Amino acid sequence: MGEIKALAQEDLRLETSVPPRLLRLLSLVTVLGFGGTLFLGLRAAGTDIQQGEIQRIFYIHMPSFFGAFTAFGLTVVGGALYLARGSEKWDRIALAGVEVGLAFSLINLLTGSIWARPIWNTWWTWDPRLTSAAIMCLTYAAYLMLRAGIDDRMRRRAFMSVYGILAFVTVLITLFIIRVVPETIHPVIVGASPQNAQGGFEATSGVVTALIPSLLLWLTLLPITLMWHRVRLEERLDALDRLKMRVLSE
Amino acid sequence: MKTPFITCVAAIVRKDLRAEIRSRELLSVMGLFALLSVLLFSFALELDRQAREEVVSGVLWVTLIFASLLGLNRSMALERDQGGLDAILAAPVSRAAIFVGKLLGNFVFTGIVGFVLLPLMTALYGMNLLRAPLILTTIIGLFGFATVGTLLATLTVQTRAREALLPIAMLPIVLPFVLTAVRATKAILSGAAANEWQSALGMLAAITLIYFLLCLLLYEYVVGE
Repeated sequence: MGEIKALAQEDLRLETSVPPRLLRLLSLVTVLGFGGTLFLGLRAAGTDIQQGEIQRIFYIHMPSFFGAFTAFGLTVVGGALYLARGSEKWDRIALAGVEVGLAFSLINLLTGSIWARPIWNTWWTWDPRLTSAAIMCLTYAAYLMLRAGIDDRMRRRAFMSVYGILAFVTVLITLFIIRVVPETIHPVIVGASPQNAQGGFEATSGVVTALIPSLLLWLTLLPITLMWHRVRLEERLDALDRLKMRVLSE
Repeated sequence: MKTPFITCVAAIVRKDLRAEIRSRELLSVMGLFALLSVLLFSFALELDRQAREEVVSGVLWVTLIFASLLGLNRSMALERDQGGLDAILAAPVSRAAIFVGKLLGNFVFTGIVGFVLLPLMTALYGMNLLRAPLILTTIIGLFGFATVGTLLATLTVQTRAREALLPIAMLPIVLPFVLTAVRATKAILSGAAANEWQSALGMLAAITLIYFLLCLLLYEYVVGE
């Protein structure tokens, strides 16, 4: 029994169960930042004249998409570096990117849906942009299903790196679809709105003060902190697997 | 000493064609599926003249993509079950050549289905689908499906769930092809100005080229050691 404990200590590196100092600092800043942007969005920014309080959901809705963009982008980086270098840490980053990105894009869909109920008078419509955002979510859900379906570790990492790179195309489509299919009703806040857009509002100074901090938080701190925690979890799961193998083989 | 690229590609395509001529397995399954799908759509949607013009491009592309999925799954499963891929991998052949060879084989089969489907739909739906720009769109679109499909079928055939995973993996990834192809088809069939379908067709061609290069680069990682 004592032997196994010694193995566990060695393999799971129990002494590192406390996150590194930088991660702890990052987590604290992220939590404070999240509270701060919520305050800016819910209190500091003025109420929209046309849409009222519901417009405030936008301070989460759009940043969450860009948070997903960062996370999925890191999946591409992780996948490419895994294929080039072959170190499993890159694959862990890619996996963390998919999970965090999927959570963010679900937040994006959910908040959009809640906003659309009073403004478009429906929870959901098959608008090109909504459709492509939903397909983006499904692509990354497919990533997780595929990943679970491959038993061999080496093969799993290589295949999922490839799929993670291909899947990013759906993110780009969601971003640029209004150029391909112009008849979307989804409003564009920055830049020219499509002709049919419904529910747009002016990017007033209130929007800018609340939006920019929130956008910066969701683009950088939030995905990176969450992904770091997820990578650490994956490391420990891998270590646990190795330990199981060793105990079973002895 | 590696065999020249073209020789490898030609050998793989020739092998696939010969196997198909002998068994006729892929084409009969895909062809029958495409026929059933077109009939099913016309009953399910109870297509009257007006509705037909609206949905015919959607029916065409949905049928083509499902027929492609069917063919790709079958072609890769055959390759795996009969040890064809292992044999090819054992040969000193570049992975890119294997990719292009398999891609062209799959493209030829889906292409044949496409060329049966166009006159068939022309007859059944009373609309002329045999127009040069539409044929070009079909060729490029099917080449795009075959590109992504060959890579993903090679990947999913090595997973536990095998056949079940290809549609899930492939359908979201081919969305850009479907989007632009349906757009071009719609514009061509409605007799819109040439620049309207040309821009969609140009976009389709650009997407196909990007995917082709991406898949060519990535194929060596999915084909195994």
